[in-house]
Amino acid sequence: MEVLNTTELLAIPGLPLLAALVVGLFGWALKETLSHLITSGAVILSALLSIHIFTQVLAGASFEGNFWTWMIAGDFIVPVGMLIDRLTVIMMITVTIVSACVHIYTIGYMHGDPGYARFFSYISAFTFSMLVLVMGNNFFTLFFGWEAVGLFSYLLIGFWYKRESANHAAMKAFIVNRVGDFGFAVGILAVWYYFGSVEYTTVFAKVPELVANNVSLHFMDWEISAITFICLALFIGAMGKSGQVPLHVWLPDSMEGPTPISALIHAATMVTAGVFMVARLSPMFEFSEVALAAVVLVGAVTAWMCATIGLVQNDIKRVIAYSTCSQLGYMFVACGVSAYSAGIFHLMTHAYFKALLFLAAGSVIHAVMAQQDIRKMGQLRKYMPITYITMFLAALALSGVPPFAGFFSKDLIIEATMMREFTEYGWVGTFATFALLTGVFMTAFYTFRMFFLTFHNSDRVDAQTKAHLHESPKVITIPLVVLAIGAVFSGMWGVMYLDIANPEIAKGFFGSSLFVLDAHNPLMKLAEHGEHGMFHFLGTMPFWLAIGGIALAYVMYFRETAWPAKIAASVPWLYKFLLNKWYWDEFYDKTIVAPARCLGTYLWKSGDLKVIDKGIIHGGIIDTIVAGAARMRAIQTGMVFHYAFAMVIGVFGFLTYLLLQG
Amino acid sequence: MDLNNVLDFPILSLSIFLPTLGALIIWLFVRGDNAVRWASLIVAVATFLVTLPLALNFDTTTAHMQFEEFHHWIPAFNINYHLGLDGISMPFIVLTSFLTVVCIISAWQCIQTRVKEYMIAFLILETTLIGVFSALDAILFYFFWEALLIPMYLIIGIWGGKNRVYATIKFFLYTLAGSVLMLIAVLAMYFEAGHTFSMLDFMDYPFDFTWQFWIWIAFFIAFAVKVPMWPVHTWLPDAHTEAPTAGSVILAGILLKLGAYGFLRFSLPMLPDASQYFVPLMIGLSLVAIVYISLVAMMQTDMKRLIAYSSIAHMGFVTLGTFMFTQAALEGAIIGMISHGFVAAALFLCVGVMYDRLHTREIGDYGGVVNVMPVFAAVMLFFCMANVALPGASAFVGEIMVLIGTFEAAPTHLGISAKWIAIAATTSVVLSACYTLWMYKRVIMGDLVKDSVKSMQDMTIREFGYFVPLIILTLWLGFYPLPVLDFLHVSVSHLIDQVSTSKLDAAAALLQAVPAAEAAHH
Repeated sequence: MEVLNTTELLAIPGLPLLAALVVGLFGWALKETLSHLITSGAVILSALLSIHIFTQVLAGASFEGNFWTWMIAGDFIVPVGMLIDRLTVIMMITVTIVSACVHIYTIGYMHGDPGYARFFSYISAFTFSMLVLVMGNNFFTLFFGWEAVGLFSYLLIGFWYKRESANHAAMKAFIVNRVGDFGFAVGILAVWYYFGSVEYTTVFAKVPELVANNVSLHFMDWEISAITFICLALFIGAMGKSGQVPLHVWLPDSMEGPTPISALIHAATMVTAGVFMVARLSPMFEFSEVALAAVVLVGAVTAWMCATIGLVQNDIKRVIAYSTCSQLGYMFVACGVSAYSAGIFHLMTHAYFKALLFLAAGSVIHAVMAQQDIRKMGQLRKYMPITYITMFLAALALSGVPPFAGFFSKDLIIEATMMREFTEYGWVGTFATFALLTGVFMTAFYTFRMFFLTFHNSDRVDAQTKAHLHESPKVITIPLVVLAIGAVFSGMWGVMYLDIANPEIAKGFFGSSLFVLDAHNPLMKLAEHGEHGMFHFLGTMPFWLAIGGIALAYVMYFRETAWPAKIAASVPWLYKFLLNKWYWDEFYDKTIVAPARCLGTYLWKSGDLKVIDKGIIHGGIIDTIVAGAARMRAIQTGMVFHYAFAMVIGVFGFLTYLLLQG
Repeated sequence: MDLNNVLDFPILSLSIFLPTLGALIIWLFVRGDNAVRWASLIVAVATFLVTLPLALNFDTTTAHMQFEEFHHWIPAFNINYHLGLDGISMPFIVLTSFLTVVCIISAWQCIQTRVKEYMIAFLILETTLIGVFSALDAILFYFFWEALLIPMYLIIGIWGGKNRVYATIKFFLYTLAGSVLMLIAVLAMYFEAGHTFSMLDFMDYPFDFTWQFWIWIAFFIAFAVKVPMWPVHTWLPDAHTEAPTAGSVILAGILLKLGAYGFLRFSLPMLPDASQYFVPLMIGLSLVAIVYISLVAMMQTDMKRLIAYSSIAHMGFVTLGTFMFTQAALEGAIIGMISHGFVAAALFLCVGVMYDRLHTREIGDYGGVVNVMPVFAAVMLFFCMANVALPGASAFVGEIMVLIGTFEAAPTHLGISAKWIAIAATTSVVLSACYTLWMYKRVIMGDLVKDSVKSMQDMTIREFGYFVPLIILTLWLGFYPLPVLDFLHVSVSHLIDQVSTSKLDAAAALLQAVPAAEAAHH
């Protein structure tokens, strides 16, 4: 098998890193033009190289090797290396292409911002980190990239540091992600302990042996099999990074960051790292029915719950953010039902159309002077035709209307979910099917609700803003058009050209990079169902549910515009419940944040200051010494007759002793 | 006696006494504050250069002591001037001489009164610190150990903040109380082990369990105060808050390492059975440090107190790793100590930079500093992220190695598997992020509201200058810890051998041999 060129591989993450360092360290001396030329140039070059690698891998090349040793202590060895296979390259092209589009878009969007160079430095460094995450060949490179993307996510959410809400959102994102990282770190410890290595290939080879030996962990009377423990711990990490319930609360708040990074980090790339992780580790997850069921359950709950929240949000970016959570849920369900290829396929198509939705929303926000409330928009199609059309295409793709990209990937996920039968957790499969199907309807509805309210409906833009309304400049619209091509064609391209949906994964696009046990391959079952087959779009439920959702949005926000208010008024509790996002934030504030602070204060004031300092040190030791010294001092009165008296007593005592001794 | 010294030159004595010699010359001959500053900087840099050959000529293939020196000191009691290094102590000597240079530069402007005395105190402190790390005779060790209290006491007591007297007395009494017990323990070993103070002899002598038990407890109290471990930690936040910036730097960077170093040098190799026996106690206290102290750190309103508490939490990882007796955990603990020497030192310097401008350490008095000090904000962000142990920073290497080593450990005398202890310690991933980032947000981020903050100027070249080497070292140890790990491998595995070989059989044999010998004598 052909081996890829190492220099080229290293250049792919290396170029964005170098550009980020140059612009980050010397940004103060560089003009705006130079900052964006260096970073965008590097990322575009990296995208071209990735495409080149992609074609080579498609032709059968691959790479696995180490470049560096990070740590050694006894048997514990951490190498740094790359594993380039089919799964890696599809992530690489997705990341670099979306990143390149976002870089170009940013030139227009951030023009004139005082932090211009800093912003470019951050997004280039982010691209580097994301590439390390996907290209690495072991759990430590994965973790390194994982934490580094988290760092840049933190920095970019809090990019406008004067805004209190942005700072808060940044901190929240970091800390919630760290809760996930706790699980990830524990998973890594267990991986090293049970497999004696942190390299993917070595670990994967040993999984069947571990499972066959029934190795398990004990805590008191409770027992859990080692593989399930590892998978669940790692999955907690994935939940944090990919905004899955109950760790989803940071993702909608991350919309405080500038829109280009919402597109790049919080829609297309970083948040999908969790899905990538589960797919990358498919040789481990496949052996734990419990972990797979947990992945399905979490994914399905998120897909459904975030869709319901999306129905009523009024901030254009928040609607899309909740949609992202929900779509990530779809991807996790796909992985959980062992249709990893469908999950990664949806990851790719979603990256294009969701980045497009965000960038188009950014174009709108730019035009209406930083207004994000869709209730204050309307009829914008007249002013910004390119944004209008591209966003329409993205909305169709997200809703799953054939033949746009989202249809292929989403339909594949839903049908695979229907086919997968869990031996022990049958109800999980049933629930997931229900959640995904109703989710399709809601997705179509909220997407087009947002679309109609923004571009159609009544004109609610205030006069002052209207004077400024105009289509965005070319640096903004060109990336939209590029991504629109992806949003329209990537689904067809994936199915027809890449053969991504091949039920026999080993024969399809992914080859050996994904692993599925034959016993539960839902795609295989799907293929065996003669009368169904795949992608029969007119006859199935998902298609009609999507159409139904769009139709309802059309009626409510195009024709009968009085309906929404009436419906909200008729079930106010439900409306409020959804508008307040199921009260997750309030729940966490009350049950975790406030008690933690209370406990901290209590331990400090009562534990450290009162008990240890005042109680033991002052009360116990110092007071005893002081009191003892005071008593000693009392003896030394300085009066002669006291001493004389003591002497007499002493002499008596001494004599008595001598006499008694005889 | 066979001395192992490749250089054939008393380089350790030179590193120990060069600062004192310099201090003497400065005291006698140098006049004028600026001249004193430059002279002390020259002495500190010279000492740093003298300690470099220790690392460069270090033989990583042996666990024997190197660069040894031996002279009789008080022959009547068999007390000797015996120096030597192994892979565990060598990095700390280089760290000490490096941080002293940083401390002297950082005090350039903020110390304006009694400059000469201040610099002399620092140089003498350096002498005692290098002495502690290189002493191989228990009395010599004790001498340096106690001597270092004096300059530290003066540094906090004379150049400290408002509440400095309380802080110094607390600091002094705590550590003194601990050291008295250490002296008793050393004397006990002297009489038991046949009238020797050699630490190497102590390591070889088979103490029986009762001896080990009591001596261990005496050492434990002495070292636990220094680390500091909960519940004898409350002197540290006070000492840190009141100390001048450079005092905090040396306190966090080096002094806190002495306790853990004591465990590595005395408790583990000399008292292996007692060390094994007390593992549950050490685990419990370490976890308390990690969880309890992190929660306390979160609620602090004084930046220096917050970082002091964060130091205690990080030292919890060190003590945990020390008592897991696995290669990864022990090496991780030592890397963690070195890393903490960079990161906590840098964070104290960061607070010092702000303190020099506004003369307050209260978090509430700041906010929006990034607007006026962007370069400083970036530097502080770097060290905050290092404190959170993000991969790529030195702290990550230390923590993950401790966790890996803990997860695989199989401690005796413990009800549950060490895996759950590792998992409990991993919560630090979340907790450290909480307190560090919350402080960063309140101090650095936000809009400019306070007039006082508006007047702050960004860092000077001198201030930036002492952060640069710290940044480079943090990244270097974070990405390429192999050279430092190389120093450790052999010495640490030797230490693990020592602590896992029980002395009880030999002690029992000795007990039987003595009456037999006496009988033969008669």
